[in-house]
Amino acid sequence: MQYAILCYDSEAVVGGWSKEKDEAVMAKSLAVKTELAARGKMGPTLRLMPTTAATTVRAGAQPVVIDGPFAETKEQLLGFYVVDCEDLNEAIEVAKQFLHGSGALEIRPIKALWQHPMGQSQKS
Amino acid sequence: MSVTDNSWIATTLASARPQAMGALLRYFRDLDTAEEAFQEASLRALKNWSTNGPPRDPAAWLILVGRNSALDEARRKSRQQPFPDEDAVANIEDPEPDLADRLDDSHYRDDVLRLMFICCHPELPATQQIALALRMVSGLTVKEIARAFLVGESAMEQRITRAKRRVTAANVPFETPGAVERAERLAAVAAMIYLLFNEGYSASGGDVHVRAPLCEEAIRLARLLLRLFQGEPEIMGLLALLLLQHARTRARLDADGNIVLLEDQDRSLWDRDLIAEGLVLVDKALRHRRPGPYQLQAAIAAVHAHAARAEDTDWAEINALYKILEQLQPSPVVTLNRAVAVSKVEGPAAALELIEPLADKLSSYFHFYGVKGAFLLQLGRDADAKEAFDRAISLANTAAEAAHIRMHLDRLMAQKKLATSR
Repeated sequence: MQYAILCYDSEAVVGGWSKEKDEAVMAKSLAVKTELAARGKMGPTLRLMPTTAATTVRAGAQPVVIDGPFAETKEQLLGFYVVDCEDLNEAIEVAKQFLHGSGALEIRPIKALWQHPMGQSQKS
Repeated sequence: MSVTDNSWIATTLASARPQAMGALLRYFRDLDTAEEAFQEASLRALKNWSTNGPPRDPAAWLILVGRNSALDEARRKSRQQPFPDEDAVANIEDPEPDLADRLDDSHYRDDVLRLMFICCHPELPATQQIALALRMVSGLTVKEIARAFLVGESAMEQRITRAKRRVTAANVPFETPGAVERAERLAAVAAMIYLLFNEGYSASGGDVHVRAPLCEEAIRLARLLLRLFQGEPEIMGLLALLLLQHARTRARLDADGNIVLLEDQDRSLWDRDLIAEGLVLVDKALRHRRPGPYQLQAAIAAVHAHAARAEDTDWAEINALYKILEQLQPSPVVTLNRAVAVSKVEGPAAALELIEPLADKLSSYFHFYGVKGAFLLQLGRDADAKEAFDRAISLANTAAEAAHIRMHLDRLMAQKKLATSR
């Protein structure tokens, strides 16, 4: 089963990390990813820019474009990992490895995953 | 586990501080009381959070605990009663459960804005505004601020105390501001954040030319402001401008601490993450079609960021952007900056012609003589160039500025020697 592990934390707190702390968290995350990748269990991962860089397009009679994230919450979606695990127990164990002392990780089983190559136009 | 495990408490306190201080200031209408209440709440947080873990809403926790402890303090003073025993105080130690219901946080945007605005009251000189904001909003210690400004701790303590007194006397209204007043406050706060950044980016005195922590704090405050007012293109422009300028920090000085001009910088040292975020914000801001000075300066910085090499810079675009900026915010400094673009597009003679009328207004401005000297040099007017560079050195604010001009002069003298020895 493929799972998305969604990372939520206060971006004000994460943005307040020192460079050293940020690098340490990223290094730890990379180590976990590398180990999972070696076993063929690691899918795409990404880290998002702060919600101040976000724009929201909402459906309506005329679509409305709003500056900022879709929802104002105490904790924000900061990024995600896609992993391939046997079952929920394994996904929970993997998520625990990605924890970094604050925030929360939401494990969402993936219904469908499509991957298209980016940055190149496809010739037919 | 190690002692650093509790470092999250300090980070959480710092990020909750503006909102908590802003609300406490609204309750007590007095900076000192608000500050004491926040300090007390922070002390209790250190004790409580390390055993109970983080509260769901740290800012709300701090506001309630801070408010209660300050009210207790006030009651104690007014009734002249003995100190209450621990049991009586203990019931406020865990205010979490019904917190969300009791706390009205619909005001928090204006709370934080008011806190920041009070710090940049027009009656305060710029240096006091920055110092007060660093103390009240950022929560830096007086010692840290003193170090950043390269002054003694007691001098800084006095500066902040004086600033607080003037702010208290100024009577900033505590009612929720109307739209016009809110816009005015936003503009004043944005200007203060920009000053803070510039204080770090181009230190106004001493041996250190770049003080990155001040720049980083300015970026943090700009982010905070934009998070509160997500749809304001000028605040997007402000944050974008700071990010794009800060991205060049590592390339701005060489190993010996000498200034490296934009066109000579090693662009591989530019911080690509900061640039990417800055470009996104410029993009978002310009979509609003409500141009302002920060957006235009950010757009100019974006043109530089887009150029892989200095010679790829679109100077015509920069000239056009400066022209709009000149109309929106006429200033001799803006014209001086545009002259650099003009020198690239039309040549040094046109550029020199553009800045000649500015001489009176910019007679004590270091950059004016630096730029003028460079134009004269390009025109082969070496003697005039030397005179301008000499003047620039006498007006330099930092050692790095002086050294940079001296480098020009040395090059000039070396060329002369070469010419005469031939």
